[in-house]
Amino acid sequence: MTINLLTTQELYVLSGVFLFTIGLWGTWLHAHYVRKIISLNVMGAGVFLILIALAYRGKDLLPDPLPHALVLTGIVVAVSATALALVIIRRLEDERDE
Amino acid sequence: MIDWASMVLITLGLFFYLSGTLGLLRFPDTYTRLHALTKADNLGLGLLMTGLLLQVNDVFWGIKLVLVWLLMLAASAVNAYLIARFLYRREADADGC
Amino acid sequence: MDAETLWTLFDLLLIISLAVLALVAVLSGDRRRSIVLFIIFGLLLALVWARLRAPDIALAEVAIGAGLGGALLMATLRRHQQTRDDFRHRPAWLQWSVGLLVMLLGTGMAWSLLLVMDAQPADWRLGAEAFAELDNSGVSNPVTAVLLNFRAWDTLLELAVLLAAILGIKALGKPEPAYVSENAFRDLALWLTPLLVLMAGYILWAGAHAPGGAFQAGALLAAAGIILRLAGKPDGGLPHNETALRLGLALGTAVFLLVALGVILAGNTLLQYPPDQAKWWILLIETAATLSIGMTLTLAFIGGSPTLAKDAA
Repeated sequence: MTINLLTTQELYVLSGVFLFTIGLWGTWLHAHYVRKIISLNVMGAGVFLILIALAYRGKDLLPDPLPHALVLTGIVVAVSATALALVIIRRLEDERDE
Repeated sequence: MIDWASMVLITLGLFFYLSGTLGLLRFPDTYTRLHALTKADNLGLGLLMTGLLLQVNDVFWGIKLVLVWLLMLAASAVNAYLIARFLYRREADADGC
Repeated sequence: MDAETLWTLFDLLLIISLAVLALVAVLSGDRRRSIVLFIIFGLLLALVWARLRAPDIALAEVAIGAGLGGALLMATLRRHQQTRDDFRHRPAWLQWSVGLLVMLLGTGMAWSLLLVMDAQPADWRLGAEAFAELDNSGVSNPVTAVLLNFRAWDTLLELAVLLAAILGIKALGKPEPAYVSENAFRDLALWLTPLLVLMAGYILWAGAHAPGGAFQAGALLAAAGIILRLAGKPDGGLPHNETALRLGLALGTAVFLLVALGVILAGNTLLQYPPDQAKWWILLIETAATLSIGMTLTLAFIGGSPTLAKDAA
């Protein structure tokens, strides 16, 4: 990096922290459950970004495969949890409508 | 020489993507937006893919690229049709009421 | 302008777009818009993964995070439903104090992460050990090696988590009636479905030496299932026979456990395959896992048992 303020790695770690923070804010304040879930997923994306940025070791070196495996399973678990949550939300809405 | 050719092709392709996006943002209704987006993007995609194919030095990779190209063309055509059709139906329903 | 500056500009552009998309997706007052922006956010995130040299994750993000997650969220939208939801009706003091708290937390996280990154020597990661043992793992893609050999135990538990989630969905969900499809889409589905199955096979096989593997392949199978359902087939291609369905869902976890048991009976510790056979055990587990993941994610999209879906239609 020519402007020697932050390395690439630090830049991406910080944006991961940013995503985590606004995701947390949204999860906390939104009243509608679907919006809570979207915010929660943004939060998760922030955590994944921090992990992958920590695994990054520059353009010429191979990155660390352990966080990669961790994030890969994380993405799948996040989606299945989202699916389960959405089914529960729909069930709640149905009960309320009846 | 080949590098220059693909650079020119890819830049041209990006230009068409840009104009398609401008159309999406500036045009007044959904039909014209769809028109701008699909036409310009498909042309842009074609130029982009030709530019990339010039860089390929393995037949297998070339086939993969062409497959991606075909999939994107089919998906964008069907998508545009579905959106337009849905809108047309809804307008017809609204007129009928 | 030199290459480094260009890369930095690209990084900044990517990060700013990502941050703006996330911000608007969280803050927007319209649920429909929030969902669409979240899908675009996922696609950009995949670009970030590719930039950070994580192609396996980029594939998974596009197929599972943005694709499937987006489809699941989209399916919650009903026609003529009120989609305005704003959190600005919350009292101002609450918004401000939560904002402040969250900002403090973020600053603390950023601070400690930067400290940790400064303090550690360059070779502190476990990755070095993974690379050193890569030749004994049976595969040459380091991510697959970690997932199915070095830390196979974690992946086994993860498949069990997936199974638990789908059992919950099956128990709770009332499936929606199938979609009525346009002919044009049905024609597309007709040749897209076999192509997706073929691609799933390819990605599964390629996972041993290149980006890919069971999760990405399973997501492609699920994509085929979702397309079938959108094209008007209410069961999304899943078996109607309840026993077959259950077997399929449990197959990945079951084969994984059986291999683990077999390895123990052969005198090794849990999931320690003999190095010369490792490749075949990994392929066996991954094939079973692909099928189960594909069926699980399709069922998650249907939102309940496909036999019920048939009755509803």
